[in-house]
Amino acid sequence: MTLAGCDLTIGYSDRVVGRDLNVALAQGEVLALLGPNGGGKTTLLKTLLGILKPQAGEVAIGGRSLAAISVRERARLIAYVPQVHVPTFAFTVESVVLMGRTAHGNLFSRPSAHDRAVAARALGQFGIAALAGRPYTMISGGERQLVLLARALAQEPQFVVLDEPTASLDFGNQGKVMREIRALAAAGHGVLFTTHDPNHALRAADRAYLLRAGERIAEGPVGTVLTPEQLEQLYRAPVETVTDANTGRAAFLPG
Amino acid sequence: MTRRFLPGLIIAFGVLVLGLVLAFTVGRYPVTLAELADVLWSRATGAPTTAPPAVENVVLLVRGPRVLAAVLVGGALAVAGTAFQGLFRNPLVSPDILGASSGAALGAVLGIFFSLGVFGIEGLAFAGGLAAVAAVYVIGSLLQSRDPILVLVLTGVVIGALLGAGVGLVKYLADPYNQLPAMTFWLLGSLAATTVADLLPLIGPVALGTIVLLALRWRLNVMSLPEDEARALGIATGPLRIAIVAAATLVTSASVATSGIIGWVGLVVPHLARALVGPDFPRLIPTAALLGGGYLLFIDTLARTAAPVEIPLGILTAVIGTPFFIWLLAGMQKTWS
Repeated sequence: MTLAGCDLTIGYSDRVVGRDLNVALAQGEVLALLGPNGGGKTTLLKTLLGILKPQAGEVAIGGRSLAAISVRERARLIAYVPQVHVPTFAFTVESVVLMGRTAHGNLFSRPSAHDRAVAARALGQFGIAALAGRPYTMISGGERQLVLLARALAQEPQFVVLDEPTASLDFGNQGKVMREIRALAAAGHGVLFTTHDPNHALRAADRAYLLRAGERIAEGPVGTVLTPEQLEQLYRAPVETVTDANTGRAAFLPG
Repeated sequence: MTRRFLPGLIIAFGVLVLGLVLAFTVGRYPVTLAELADVLWSRATGAPTTAPPAVENVVLLVRGPRVLAAVLVGGALAVAGTAFQGLFRNPLVSPDILGASSGAALGAVLGIFFSLGVFGIEGLAFAGGLAAVAAVYVIGSLLQSRDPILVLVLTGVVIGALLGAGVGLVKYLADPYNQLPAMTFWLLGSLAATTVADLLPLIGPVALGTIVLLALRWRLNVMSLPEDEARALGIATGPLRIAIVAAATLVTSASVATSGIIGWVGLVVPHLARALVGPDFPRLIPTAALLGGGYLLFIDTLARTAAPVEIPLGILTAVIGTPFFIWLLAGMQKTWS
C-alpha cells in the first residue's frame, strides 16, 4: 500500500502554498520532509493527512482517493502525531492513548476491553506503561511525545505522519524518538515526518524530500540528497560537514 | 493524581440527596423528615398518609414542582456547561456562550410585552434561545476561518450583545408599572412560580438533550482536542459539533425558559465535578448532572429562606460565582484539573 500525492497544488482558501508536488510513501519506509520555515512542510503534511483539501491533484492511499474515504476509515489507515502541546484538560495518559481507538468504535461506543488492551500494548512498546494513570499535563515533553506515538500506534494504522516529532525534546529524547520512528517502519508502517534538523533525517529516514517556497528542490535516498550543496540551496545558508573519523558518518552544522 | 469515579459519583449523589432533603423540609412552613418520608412513601405506594393535609400540600404541590424544576434546571445547565467547556476547549465558557440565554431573554421580554400567557412567554423564550444559537452557528459557519471554534465564540458574543440591546429596547418601551417589574424579575431568574404544568415542557427537552450528550460522552473527550487532531483520530468534527451544540442548546433553552436567567451554574459546577472525578467526560457528565441539581437546590433553598422576601436566583449565583471565577483566574497558570 502506498500513500501518494499526485500533482498537488496545496494551500488555503486565500493563498496557494505549493504547486506540482508529487510525493509517495511506501509501507516500511521512512520519509523525511525538510525545508525552511514557511516553505510548505506543514501544509503538505496536512494535505497528505486529508485535513486540508488539495486545490488541485489528488492524494490517494492504496490507489483510492483520500477524498472518497470517510474520516473514520482514514483514521484507521493514517495516524497523525501532532507537535507536542499541553491540552486544556488533564486527561490521564491512558485516556489520551485510548483516544487513538476512536475510529475503531462507533459514534456512541466507549473503549472496550480490547481497546484497553491495545492501548496498554502501545504504552508498553514505548516503555511508558508506568505513566498510564498519570495526568498527561503533568509529564515531561519527551514523555508526551512518546504518549502521542503510542496513541498513533493504538490507531493500528498503515501510515504514521509526524509533525516535527523532535522539535521540543532534549538531546536524549530526540534520539529515542528517532529510534522509535525506525521501529515503526521496521514493523511495517510507512512513516513521514517533518524536521528542521537534517541530521535527524540522515539518522532516521530512508528518503528525504526537500521543500522550499512550495517547490520540491530534491528528493531521494538520504545519502544522495542530503549533501552540503543541497542543504545550502535549501536553506540559503552556509553548511559545514563534520565526519566521524572512526565510523565515517557525517553530520551537518549550520555554518 | 487519579481521581476515583465511584467515590466522586457517590459524593455528587449525596449532595443531591442533601439538597433534596433541605429543599423539602426547610422554609416558612417547616416539614419534619418523618413527615416528608411519610408523604413521599404514601405517594409512591398509595398507602394512606398520617401527615396533616397542609404538610401534604406543601410537599407535593408547593415545594414538589419547585424542587423538581431546580434539579432539572441545575442538572441541565451543568451538563450543557460541561459539554461546552469541552467543545470550546476552554474551562471558562458557560452554556450561554452562543447566545442561548440572550435569545431566551429577548423571547421572554417580548412575550411579557405582548401580554402573552405564561406558556406563551415560556414558549417564546425557548424558541428565542434556539433561534439565537442557530443564527450564531449559521453566521459563524459562513465566516470561513482556520479556527472555527474561535469565530463561533466571537459570533456568539456579538449576537449576544445585539440581543441584549433588543432586551433593553423592549424594556424601555414596556409599561413601567405592569410589564417592567415582570421583565426584571424574569431576567433575574426564579423558580418561585413553578407549577406542575411547568414541568412537562422542561422534562422533555432536558431529557432528550442530556441523553444525546451522555451517548456522545466518549466522543466529547476527543472533541476537546485541537480540530486537526480530532479529525485525524477519525471524528467528523463538523456534524458532531452541530449535534453537541444542538443538544446543549436544547437543555439550556428549556431551562432558561422555565427559570429565567440563572448564570454561573453551568460555569461553576463543571469545575466542581472535575475536581471530584477528573476531566474524563464519561465520568464527568453524570457527576455534573447530579452535582448541578444539588447545587441549584441549595441556592434555591437559600433564595427562599435567607431573607423575608425571595432573593432572585441570578443574584445569588452571581454572588457565589464571582469569587469562584476570580479564584479560577488566579489559578490560571496551573493546568486545569
